[in-house]
Amino acid sequence: MDPVNLAEVTGSVAAIGYGLAAIGPGVGIGIVVGKAIEGMARQPEMTGVLRTNMFLGIAFTEALALIGVGLGFVWQG
Amino acid sequence: MSGIVVLASEGDTWSPPSLGEFFPPAIFFEGTPFEMNRIHLIAMLMTGLLSLFFVMAFRNPQVVPRGVQNVGEVALDLVRTYIVDEILGVEGRKYTAYLTTLFFLILSFNVTGIIPFVNMPVSATIGFPVFLALTSYVAFNWAGIKAQGIGGYLSSNLFIPGVPKVMYILLTPIEFLSTFILRPITLALRLMVNMLAGHLMLVLFFSAAWYFIFFPNSPLQPILGIGVFGAGFAFTLFESLIIVIQAYIFTLLTAVYIAGATAEHH
Repeated sequence: MDPVNLAEVTGSVAAIGYGLAAIGPGVGIGIVVGKAIEGMARQPEMTGVLRTNMFLGIAFTEALALIGVGLGFVWQG
Repeated sequence: MSGIVVLASEGDTWSPPSLGEFFPPAIFFEGTPFEMNRIHLIAMLMTGLLSLFFVMAFRNPQVVPRGVQNVGEVALDLVRTYIVDEILGVEGRKYTAYLTTLFFLILSFNVTGIIPFVNMPVSATIGFPVFLALTSYVAFNWAGIKAQGIGGYLSSNLFIPGVPKVMYILLTPIEFLSTFILRPITLALRLMVNMLAGHLMLVLFFSAAWYFIFFPNSPLQPILGIGVFGAGFAFTLFESLIIVIQAYIFTLLTAVYIAGATAEHH
């Protein structure tokens, strides 16, 4: 008996994979920036500290998304 | 722009931008270890311009600044106020020179990505970010060893105080990995991949616009091409934001690492 394909993906699987991989960092950066703005609105005198730490948080969070961009080229197939 | 034009003018078939963008053909000394391509030339040019700017600004500094010195002082003050004072405090001002150099070198390496007819961010090729990350690695380790001695520095970084002794079996390898190995790697990769992705997006927009406008398959495609060109223009503006933010983040992280290395307790 021939194997039956129940689901098949054609085209660029890497693009789909990166789309999925970008969800996490996207949500993460949203939370980081949202919380920072919340903090700034509550305590405007802390804006400087919060902004600096916001950029730090963004830098760590977006690293995951950037690894995804890189790996797409490494395993181009 | 030349890379984009070559890519799109190959004829009726459009091919998406690839990593070949970042390996342009050699132009000088081909086949020798000193082989140079367009990117190396841009890097040298930008380094020269940056050095020229700061030499011009501070060659003969006056108490009341005039001309270029004004701009140079604003540049120094920017890094000192927003990075050095914020992270390292007043006693960390001896690192201002290094951090300023780092910030403006990365900024000038990034900004070539959106300068018309240059259109190649130097920091999108791995060599430059790796070297900059290595200087940062040396800087924060040197700062830590100088502040605490080599034993104190290693123990404060590897053995976090205030956790049960048993946990060191688990924590010390993780701390070692994250502090001494992953830090320089992520510094270099973050900068490089950000600029690479930005450049590829710009190439994608402008090559698609070129193809739609000059090799249309249907009468609607030139209109679409103009829209894509507009999107590319908008993305250039976004990219100019990324350029500054990446230079800022690299410098900020270096400052944070130096601050963490010099602080007595982790």
